[in-house]
Amino acid sequence: MATAATVPTRRKRAGAGTGSGLPRWVFLPAVVGGVFIVLPLIAMLARVQWSSFLGLITSESSVAALWLSLKTSTASTVLCVLLGTPMALVLARARFPGLRLARSLVLLPLVLPPVVGGIALIYTYGRQGLLGSSLEFLGLRIAFSTTAVVIAQTFVALPFLVLSLEGSLRTAGRRYEAVAATLGANPTTVLRRVTIPLVLPGLLSGAVLAFARALGEFGATLTFAGSLQGTTRTLPLEIYLQRETDPDAAVALSLVLVVVAVLIVLATRGRASEGSL
Amino acid sequence: MSRTRSTTRLRRVVAALTGLCVATLVAGCTSGDGTSSSTSSSAAAGSSSAPGAAVPSHPSTLTVFAAASLKATFTEIGTIFQNENPGSTVTFNFAGSSDLVTQLTAGAPGDVFASADTNNMTKATNAKLVSGTPVNFATNILTIVTPPGNPAGISGFADLAKPDVSVVVCAPQVPCGAAAASVESNTGVSLIPVSEENSVTDVLGKVTTGQVDAGLVYVTDAVNAADTVTQVDFPEAAAVVNTYPIATLTGGTQPELATKFVDLVFGPEGQQVLAAAGFKPAP
Repeated sequence: MATAATVPTRRKRAGAGTGSGLPRWVFLPAVVGGVFIVLPLIAMLARVQWSSFLGLITSESSVAALWLSLKTSTASTVLCVLLGTPMALVLARARFPGLRLARSLVLLPLVLPPVVGGIALIYTYGRQGLLGSSLEFLGLRIAFSTTAVVIAQTFVALPFLVLSLEGSLRTAGRRYEAVAATLGANPTTVLRRVTIPLVLPGLLSGAVLAFARALGEFGATLTFAGSLQGTTRTLPLEIYLQRETDPDAAVALSLVLVVVAVLIVLATRGRASEGSL
Repeated sequence: MSRTRSTTRLRRVVAALTGLCVATLVAGCTSGDGTSSSTSSSAAAGSSSAPGAAVPSHPSTLTVFAAASLKATFTEIGTIFQNENPGSTVTFNFAGSSDLVTQLTAGAPGDVFASADTNNMTKATNAKLVSGTPVNFATNILTIVTPPGNPAGISGFADLAKPDVSVVVCAPQVPCGAAAASVESNTGVSLIPVSEENSVTDVLGKVTTGQVDAGLVYVTDAVNAADTVTQVDFPEAAAVVNTYPIATLTGGTQPELATKFVDLVFGPEGQQVLAAAGFKPAP
């Protein structure tokens, strides 16, 4: 009787004050990790010259870079959704030999240094690349165009969408799909009416992650697309260049990018916790 | 079933990513530690041992911050220096000159600074990083590089402005771009580049991969690129000379070695290495 009464109280005490049920020591490294991420952002904030801030971020080159970044990131996000959704569906639902290999290959741009991605893209779509000469024959020149920026961004952002959506698909399971099929719905109807609505939060958070990754893309763009104001010089490239002559402008533009990133994270955090990433 | 499988997979992915991050961090830390620890140990060695007494077990480390365009030549000069000064080690930090000034201003430990332009050396002098007066040790001029064989038939600077020629230059914010802009205003030929890169290396990369018909780089870059490019010199380049200054640093721990290194750069051996790489002597 006495033991039965003490056990629950002891258990309660273990998670007391936190309500998480976690041992208290876990919080120390967690806070250190948090500070590790936030401190550099605060340090950057402290460097912003507020008196000239507005002038710096509204200069012609800054506005051109921001506008180009938003345009290209939106375009690559659309491409990611169009290509990534079927990819995630296949990876999550289909069964075929080499599936694991396929998944590893799809995730490759995630772990590849962006510069390496850029070099690979040059040898694919560049003037003397694998597809470049055929494209040139058709009168299409991709290198140094805004299209090249979109290609570079899509290349690095696609795995984020696929990974996020595939996780959602697996978590959602196939129960509802199976029921719909037994009720006579054909595969396309099941996909349209059951599967996609079910994983919509995962798709959305994946799309936002892809957008964020595209917005921050630097290495592949610099290597593959070049850097020209209004055509290929996106915000990260503009920041990198401004740093050479005007560090204040670089800091101001970095802050703009941070604000956009924070907004993106806030916008998806609620949904993302339901999804997988 | 599918849930647990997916979570294990996710966990595996997360674990792999975490591993990567940690690996990067550790690599960063160790290399950072390596530099600082060797510098401090050499500082201790320098203070304890008498001057001239070279003790191989406690090598003195000289840290040289040099512009990226000096990588090949200064590495060679560093080897000569180590041979002439047994027991000493030269470590280099090669990066864009403005990056180097930023690092030095932020407290990076260095004994010698060699800049690719006078502008960044002035920045370093104004930040009180330099001991004494910087001295110019080499000059460099622009040249045209094309993919091997010069498929577009570029024969001079004016050809770069032809509408069917795609050319890539440095952005005017960086020294090589400023030089290109000067040539443009001197000649009255205005280029419409397909890209304005951040560094000479990026320009060279676009040319060697055959993405463009031509690029504007320094003679030394063209020499270094050897047969991956074709070099087309143009007379107008001679009017825009880029000067390389060198100086010892106030924050250095090896002032004697630093002076010796600078002397070597100015000496016949150093100048010979620089000339072989395409540098011209400073006036």
